[in-house]
Amino acid sequence: MRITCPYCGERDRREFYYRGAAVDLERPAPDAGEDAWNDFVYLRDNPAGVTRELWCHEGGCGAWIVVTRNTVTHEILGSQLASEVKR
Amino acid sequence: MDKLIAKTPCDGLLPLSVGTVKLSEEDVGAIHSISPYKGKQKAVSEAMKVAHGMAYPSANRSTGKAGARAVWFGPAHAMMMGPEPDPALSENAAIVDQSDAWAVVRLEGAGVEDVLARVVPVDLRKAQFKRGHTARTLLFHMTASITRVGENAFQIMVFRSMAGTLVHDLKRAMEGVAARG
Repeated sequence: MRITCPYCGERDRREFYYRGAAVDLERPAPDAGEDAWNDFVYLRDNPAGVTRELWCHEGGCGAWIVVTRNTVTHEILGSQLASEVKR
Repeated sequence: MDKLIAKTPCDGLLPLSVGTVKLSEEDVGAIHSISPYKGKQKAVSEAMKVAHGMAYPSANRSTGKAGARAVWFGPAHAMMMGPEPDPALSENAAIVDQSDAWAVVRLEGAGVEDVLARVVPVDLRKAQFKRGHTARTLLFHMTASITRVGENAFQIMVFRSMAGTLVHDLKRAMEGVAARG
């Protein structure tokens, strides 16, 4: 599997660390209530198909990247800097 | 007080020659990380040009030359090697002295690309990776900074604590290439 780092270009998957679903970028407000926080901390989709995930280019430049990936075909559909997704 | 003896990271390990490839330690002088504040990269670059004669490097590039070089290390992160940073740089960037934190070696000679191809998962051949190009990538199992500094010469940086592993891994690769004749 090859992942494109917006800085470094296409690199081997070995260089990347997997963080989890990209919901981490949608942190609820501190007073959003128990339901919102329960969702954020514990509930994840488990899609067969396209999913958005956070990866870190730890074996390279260290950038955090939102990768759009198909869990069925292992196709990498796109990647964006997390700092640009979450401005 | 006891007299302390300063040792370089690869003391007792280098230089080393196998076949046509030579591995030696580089004394690059002081090493400082330069992290421009948000939106200040241009100002930092101008200050660096005035004080040190080299620009702040863009992604995957290095600037300057032997003795005074700046290497891109990541988003808002470059390493300046050689000169003590001018105080003017601190206005727009966080500067941290990392002089003793890195092992810096030079790998050179005919066939150097074949040696690196055994341990680095990035295409470092001349057509793709010219003089002044740099990459943050893996060298076998450790993170490294690799910069082409000459026709057949690369500068490699790893954490100082990994100096022994670096020499071991490169020696194995050099021997592997040499054995093929």
